[in-house]
Amino acid sequence: MFYREAGDFSTTYPQDSQTFPIRFDRYRYYVVLAVAFLVIPFIINDYWANAVFVPFLIYAIAAIGLNILTGYCGQVSLGTGAFMAVGAYAVYKLMTAFPDVSMLIHIPVAGLITAAVVTLFGLPSLRIKGFYLAVATLAAQFFLVWLFNKVPWFYNYSASGQISSPERTVFGIIITGPNTEAWAKYMICLVFVTICAIIARNLTRGAMGRKWMAIRDMDIAAEIIGVNPMKAKLTAFMVSGFFVGIAGALFFSVYLGAAEVGESFGIDKSFLVLFMVIIGGLGSIFGSFIGAAFMVLLPVLLKNVLVGWLGWPTDLAAHLQFIISGGLIIVFLIMEPHGLAQLWRVTKEKLRLWPFPH
Amino acid sequence: MPDQLLFAMEVMLNGLMAGVLYALVALGFVLIFKASGIFNYAQGVMALFSALTLVGIMDGQIPFSHLINAIFGTDLHHFGWHVPAVVAIFLTVIVMAVFAWLVQKFIFRHLVNQEPILLFMATIGLAYFLEGVGDLMWGSDIKKLDVGLPQGINEWIDITTFEAFGYGFFIDNLDISATIVAIILVAGLIAFSQYTKQGRALRAVADDHQAALSVGISLNFIWILVWSIAGFVALVAGIMWGAKSGVQFSLSLIALKALPVLMLGGFTSIPGAIVGGLIIGVGEKLFEFLIGPMVGGATENWFAYVLALLFLVFRPQGLFGEKIIERV
Repeated sequence: MFYREAGDFSTTYPQDSQTFPIRFDRYRYYVVLAVAFLVIPFIINDYWANAVFVPFLIYAIAAIGLNILTGYCGQVSLGTGAFMAVGAYAVYKLMTAFPDVSMLIHIPVAGLITAAVVTLFGLPSLRIKGFYLAVATLAAQFFLVWLFNKVPWFYNYSASGQISSPERTVFGIIITGPNTEAWAKYMICLVFVTICAIIARNLTRGAMGRKWMAIRDMDIAAEIIGVNPMKAKLTAFMVSGFFVGIAGALFFSVYLGAAEVGESFGIDKSFLVLFMVIIGGLGSIFGSFIGAAFMVLLPVLLKNVLVGWLGWPTDLAAHLQFIISGGLIIVFLIMEPHGLAQLWRVTKEKLRLWPFPH
Repeated sequence: MPDQLLFAMEVMLNGLMAGVLYALVALGFVLIFKASGIFNYAQGVMALFSALTLVGIMDGQIPFSHLINAIFGTDLHHFGWHVPAVVAIFLTVIVMAVFAWLVQKFIFRHLVNQEPILLFMATIGLAYFLEGVGDLMWGSDIKKLDVGLPQGINEWIDITTFEAFGYGFFIDNLDISATIVAIILVAGLIAFSQYTKQGRALRAVADDHQAALSVGISLNFIWILVWSIAGFVALVAGIMWGAKSGVQFSLSLIALKALPVLMLGGFTSIPGAIVGGLIIGVGEKLFEFLIGPMVGGATENWFAYVLALLFLVFRPQGLFGEKIIERV
């Protein structure tokens, strides 16, 4: 009944090659956008923004970034946390150096800076592959965190070694600093998520995305049929770095407000984003969103259930959270190695025929 | 001899000792990777878990006491007995073997023939799971582990070097015993894989799964065996690190230290793990000593990785790794 192509005619090429070719899907997408932009900002409060929506949107950007690198191009990265830190420190330096420039410029520029750094750390991928590369990206993780800790220039010689975001506005609305309202935080993240997702979706279904996928599936074969592996791998690192940098910039400036690099952008963050990508589905933009939602909601849910309802001590709940998230990851990998996105695809196929399967 | 050189020598010796410990953890990785192609990120957490279990058994802690207290409102914590170290180690080995069996039965049996990256992810999930279980079972406070190994400065080396060079080297007794234990362990492992039936089967599986299967070797058994051995190696590493700096969460991070060792030595080579461990141990201590003060110190966190990375750019398969041949 749903998701049916029947009666949905494409009469022009652009219509035929649009992102959502099925009418139902397209309307669903418009409805989601409309709700996200026109309904949620008016009903959101501080708790929902800080606990659920803002981290979800920011992690979704990071997950899209990592998904491009790992899911589409097949290069496993364990340095996402540090790459987010690059975005965060870049935006911090920009915000403090050019206080009059709009954040709408600072954040993408921070993304570009991160893209450059990530590309630099992507260079070894031309020589080494697989696990060796994964471990090599750990070098970036530890080195960058150390660098941001040790060079005072990065945190403007502040006594605590922390960076904290000053108050900045976009079109007269405060979006960073302690006086930000919940809806403003939400909106700025939403705008960036939407743009990033559209860019990512279109890149991955174009020539560039196909080259990435060719490299992922078998790099030597791809090279033989004329894909330049150097270009493909480095562009993947670059694009991924751009998104991850934006995520890091938003994470620091809008969500955290103040950050200490080892704590906020440690290796845990790298694994967290990687889990989002795996659970959501490798090689799927939509999967990045569900993965991010899942990993953001799970702790909130567990905490509410265990501490709120059952009244258990918080440390016990924290341990159980480790067990449950670890266990869920394993269960997911066993049941559905292609992630939640695959489940969604299967559901869509089922819905097409439902309720008349014959 | 000039003082600076003597210091450097002392630092190097200490680095060698630290390298032995890295090599121990890396050994666990190599064993599992060779036999089943699984890159076991949980190795560090296994070391933590086994050390926690050992301390728990020795002190007679009641497992899951926090959880039981939270649910039933009781106030349990200890059985009130103390188990001698040898018995406790033996019991912990059994626990690790059961763990190996569970892991094989409930996780990796279902993931046979999946892509390596998925297996890797599963071991990260396992690491989280095991960390939670360990904390839940035994509590998350820092514990002291004392299995009766000698600790403190080695007087004999101190005095001998003082007489020879006019400067006494500081070398911890614990590091010396760790080195001896590691040598015995490696010798034991080599003897096991060369001279026993199971050891030969293990090498056969490492060489070629299908061929091993076709001559009647049970892959399942070998995998359980190899996870048990890795658990045992983890226990040894856990005892050494635990005795040095207490049993606590940071112990699981030694896995991260072992990764560059693996890259340097190659994922499939036991001698590689040992040599790589020594190089990394000495290298990072010397770098911290010579260059560290110039750049603000704490270089130990990343030096190993950067060294391994630079090394890999020139030799992608590591020091002793098998040559990578790629076909379409």
